[in-house]
Amino acid sequence: MRTLRSLLILLVLALLAAPASAVAPALIEKLALGEYDDKIAALNELLGSGDESALDFLQALHDGSVQVAGGKQVLIVKDNAGIDAASGKSLSPLPPEREDVMVNNRLRRELASAIAGLRLASSKRDTRLAAAKALQNGADEEMLPLVSRALAKESDPDIKNLLTLLAATMQLQSKDAATRLAAAKALASSSNPNTKALLLAVLEKKGDAYAEPDAAVRAEAQSSLKALESRLSTGDRFGQLFTGASLGSILLLAALGLAITYGLMGVINMAHGELIMVGAYSTYVVQNLFRAQAPDLFDWYLAAAVPAAFATAALVGMALERSVIRFLYGRPLETLLATWGISLILIQAARTLFGAQNVQVENPVWMSGGITILSNIVLPYNRIVIIVFAFAVLLAVWLLLTRTRLGLFVRAVTQNRAMASCVGVPTARVDTWAFGLGSGIAGLAGCALSQIGNVGPDLGQSYIVDSFMVVVLGGVGQLAGTVYAALGLGMANKFLEGLSGAVLAKIAILAFIIVFIQKRPQGLFALKGRMAEG
Amino acid sequence: MGPLAAGIGRLYGRRGWSVLAACAAILFLLFPLANLVLPKGSLFYISDYTIALTGKIMCYAIVAVAMDLIWGYTGILSLGHGLFFALGGYAMGMYLMRMIGREGQYQSELPDFMVFLDWKAYPWYWSFTDQFWYAALLVVLVPGVLAFVFGFFAFRSRIKGVYFSIITQALTFAFMLLFFRNDTGFGGNNGFTDFKRILGLPIATSETRMALFMLSGAVLIATLLAARFIVASKFGRVLTAIRDAESRVMFSGYNPVHYKLAIWTLSAVICGIAGALYVPQVGIINPSEMSPANSIEIAIWVAVGGRGSLVGAILGAGIVNFAKSWFTVAFPEYWLFFLGLLFILVTLYLPRGVVGAFDQVRRRWRERRPVPAARRSAA
Amino acid sequence: MQRRNFVKGIAAAAAVTAVSLIPGRYALAADTIKVGILHSLSGTMAISETVLKDVTLMAIDEINAKGGVLGKKLEAVVVDPASNWPLFAEKARQLLTQDKVAVVFGCWTSVSRKSVLPVFEELNGLLFYPVQYEGEELSKNVFYTGAAPNQQAIPAVEYLMSKEGGGAKRWVLLGTDYVYPRTTNKILRAFLIKKGVKESDIDEKYTPFGHSDYQTIVADIKKFAAGGKTAVVSTINGDSNVPFYKELGNAGLKATDVPVVAFSVGEEELRGVDTKPLVGHLAAWNYFMSIKDPANSEFEKKWAAYAKAKKLPGADKPLTNDPMEAAYIGINMWKQAVEKAKSAEVDKVITAMAGQTFKAPSGITSKMDEKNHHLHKAVFIGEVQANGQFNVVWKTKGPIKAQPWSPFIAGNDKKKDEPEKKGS
Repeated sequence: MRTLRSLLILLVLALLAAPASAVAPALIEKLALGEYDDKIAALNELLGSGDESALDFLQALHDGSVQVAGGKQVLIVKDNAGIDAASGKSLSPLPPEREDVMVNNRLRRELASAIAGLRLASSKRDTRLAAAKALQNGADEEMLPLVSRALAKESDPDIKNLLTLLAATMQLQSKDAATRLAAAKALASSSNPNTKALLLAVLEKKGDAYAEPDAAVRAEAQSSLKALESRLSTGDRFGQLFTGASLGSILLLAALGLAITYGLMGVINMAHGELIMVGAYSTYVVQNLFRAQAPDLFDWYLAAAVPAAFATAALVGMALERSVIRFLYGRPLETLLATWGISLILIQAARTLFGAQNVQVENPVWMSGGITILSNIVLPYNRIVIIVFAFAVLLAVWLLLTRTRLGLFVRAVTQNRAMASCVGVPTARVDTWAFGLGSGIAGLAGCALSQIGNVGPDLGQSYIVDSFMVVVLGGVGQLAGTVYAALGLGMANKFLEGLSGAVLAKIAILAFIIVFIQKRPQGLFALKGRMAEG
Repeated sequence: MGPLAAGIGRLYGRRGWSVLAACAAILFLLFPLANLVLPKGSLFYISDYTIALTGKIMCYAIVAVAMDLIWGYTGILSLGHGLFFALGGYAMGMYLMRMIGREGQYQSELPDFMVFLDWKAYPWYWSFTDQFWYAALLVVLVPGVLAFVFGFFAFRSRIKGVYFSIITQALTFAFMLLFFRNDTGFGGNNGFTDFKRILGLPIATSETRMALFMLSGAVLIATLLAARFIVASKFGRVLTAIRDAESRVMFSGYNPVHYKLAIWTLSAVICGIAGALYVPQVGIINPSEMSPANSIEIAIWVAVGGRGSLVGAILGAGIVNFAKSWFTVAFPEYWLFFLGLLFILVTLYLPRGVVGAFDQVRRRWRERRPVPAARRSAA
Repeated sequence: MQRRNFVKGIAAAAAVTAVSLIPGRYALAADTIKVGILHSLSGTMAISETVLKDVTLMAIDEINAKGGVLGKKLEAVVVDPASNWPLFAEKARQLLTQDKVAVVFGCWTSVSRKSVLPVFEELNGLLFYPVQYEGEELSKNVFYTGAAPNQQAIPAVEYLMSKEGGGAKRWVLLGTDYVYPRTTNKILRAFLIKKGVKESDIDEKYTPFGHSDYQTIVADIKKFAAGGKTAVVSTINGDSNVPFYKELGNAGLKATDVPVVAFSVGEEELRGVDTKPLVGHLAAWNYFMSIKDPANSEFEKKWAAYAKAKKLPGADKPLTNDPMEAAYIGINMWKQAVEKAKSAEVDKVITAMAGQTFKAPSGITSKMDEKNHHLHKAVFIGEVQANGQFNVVWKTKGPIKAQPWSPFIAGNDKKKDEPEKKGS
């Protein structure tokens, strides 16, 4: 009864009011103060009327910026400024006794589709396109009149396509067989995974009878389903390629530094993982500095974090080289043990300085979210950025090694230390610089890893075995070895993961490397000559 | 019997044998008396906890000797030896799990972890494990065969040095991942625990614990003697030669692959046996025993004690593990600092370990002593 | 020469005999009651367990300030088993035999609890276990102050099935590969099938501890969700949650489309995560920091003051969570039981624990069941908010009794609702 009365009131108001500056107070009250069922009922009313003026309020409700003062007055609060939702008047000062209006998932979902539905009638093309895309995730049948109305008024071809598909998904359940047939046919051009479920439901068999009585509709649905599935599987394959490339780029960043130091000094640095951790923690520190000192520039903290991570890790690496590693020259096995000891110290130092808990590193805004391809694959921005970053680092290292003096010395010492020393290359200093370079690259890897995973004292431990495998597989003759090994292992790992799960994939990769090393102990790209002798 | 006994007798000098006898007396007389006979309130009472701890450390000492054989004497640094230790432990664990019978949480024929995985019967690789002799065979065969196969391919391809160490890491890491999977059928993350009986005797009594303790002590002494025998023989000489100059050994007509493979497999079997003794004393085995970090710690025991010295390996295992037990109670936040520093200092300043440092001090002290007058005039 | 040696020998023998008769430290009378704390302070679980050690120490300080127990002060003995399960058993044995503690508060993962259980049963010790777990265990020597599956997992799934929770029809059961997720998922699968969900609509997946690359899994969830309204039940443990939620957020899987309910994610675990893309995902616990109740505000104030005074890491943003509340309830109930039994002896305390009540920070009056060693707990379901706190969207009307032997596992109908009398 009460619902009907509100509906009448609303209709009257809608008829009488000119472009309203606010929504009916009764509806606002219901949306803010009522039980969840009442809220949804009020929402459906708004939808039915297509009243655009409610958009501000609905958006605020969705974002959680609606508060109730004194149990009665409904406010929209943004940045300490309040507007009364019913009258539209701004309020200052804000009343002190305010309570948040809590929204749960179900309400948020309804709000999201209601907002999108109302936005379909906007005058701006971009808003309409965004709204149409948002509705692809599933809209209820109640939206059909709204969608049909928008479709009738729409002139833009992209939006028209989306709306047609949307209408088709809703019309699949229509009472009229001809409508259903047309809908099934229209859905052939869809690439929305949600549509697959709808088409499958049409073809479902309950006992002996089909859910869909009309055979023509079923045939149409079948062919649409086939088209949809082939489109989806292309998307899946592309997604798999991307995940492989993403993992490969991370392995590349992690292993590049190790390859350089191992190639140069024959030292496997067991503390390499901890240098990655040092880079990640420096990113955290830079992030905190930005948050405290320059919150407006927070989104660009990475620009400072990247050089900071490189510098800190490089300094730590050089310190290690000068203090411990250089004295173990010529004793690779001892170096292994000593660097393992260093890694334990670094881990415990991180725990003492920053606590045993993980620390929070936030993605800047431009790295959150992803781009949607083919409507079923989302490529996260942070992973795209990391792939690009990895190749940028690779390019920089290659330029350094081939075009600079230091690079020349590094290559000389790697190929024949004794001869290089005779010719006048300061091998000790080259060692230090090269170790610094390798450690710095590890720091960069840490900076990248902080954006996609945990930052904690044990960060390095999870990447050390992988880095070793890449170096062992790729050999230390050229950078290309590391690149091929990293990308190859990444792709292979992801491909196997799809087949048999993450653990077995990893075990298979390890087994493969162990066997590969028997056949070709020096790796893919090895130095020619007698360097291979341990 | 005669020449064998004489051969064993020649392994150590008089002083060595008397020290060994003293240690045996402490292990087989003092400890049992102090634990089983003395009343609990007495000052010299040795608690069950200390017995268990010492037993565990003795098992570690056996592993250290095995590691010393391949690293100290043959120059092969394995960073995956914990795998063989753990495999021996798991083999014994399978037997102990079978001995629980129906007394587990679910009162079923199958171990608890198989019940919550909804398995209805034992997988094929669990057959016969309720027989002790079969389990004992597995303890020796599983690490042995795995080591043999791995070693055969690795040594034949002449993988040496750092690369070899890295792939032993990969090996133990892969097995650790495999055993962490519940579907593999070895208890997953929980591992095997809650043992009730061994060979019919209840496992949790002081008497059984003491028996296991003494058995571990006996195996340690036997391992020491066996290792000493190997090292002092011609076989051992070739091993040392391989460590120092492998190419030259090859050119002299020996095939280093055979020697390396033999000592590698033997070392793995010894570790397996140590693992089998470890598990009933500690009461649990789980895949973290196969972690790369554990294996690297084995190397540091040998490094601290002294590579190339069997007694040194035992000492090293003892020192590091007692320190760990003490530190994790007294200064838990500083244990890793200490361990890390130990790694660094030992490799930098104590290349021959504690035993080596001791030797150096002794030599210097002997050089400082004035030469007796009679000798001086004769020289 | 010979006589000197002889005299030396006699003197040595006499000394040894005399000394061996001196009563050792075990016989000293105690004027404090020792309390053991067995939580990992290093290793993978340090992230979750360190705060439990601190909150227990805080409770001990509080109790001592009020005069202690039975007139004696409590003395804490803290050991670090370093997330290493065999070490847990060793340290437990040490606490019970060397330090002679009257009670131990400890453990987090079910593995650690299962490895110390034989020690406690052998030595007749007493353990208070404060973390939610999979049930299927009932020991005379353990009091379980965390939730059993019927006090956490089942109500959460019921909520997600309801219209209010989104009306989920398909289910992804995603967990870390160990006993707690395996057993919980076994119970949930039986429950779902009983409610009419088809086998093809349930997908069970496991990842190892420390797994950090969730791309493939999130892609699989997306594909699965295309077949109908899907909910994900996550029993992922520890820091694997962070990369999982990050991947979810970036892949655009919003809580309004595919809600994820987690049982091991609380305020502490969200500390390291950017919670903005996670708004709307759920957790089920018996306590949330955001619960508005005077008992809770008092608890939070006490904790904030303690964290600041002891300069604990993270004291600038003090968080309280469910296991902390459970630990706090546990030690207070133990104190009450000791006072009721007028002794700290284990068997007497076990008897006196039956029926103990305590005004818990979550607002309800917690009660220890008379027979089954578990607490009666209320269930709260909360949605993640942008500030890392949880908004309670549903709760039970009052405390529910625990069912450690889940009725959804075959054979459990024969199990008694109290510890088996083990004749040892």
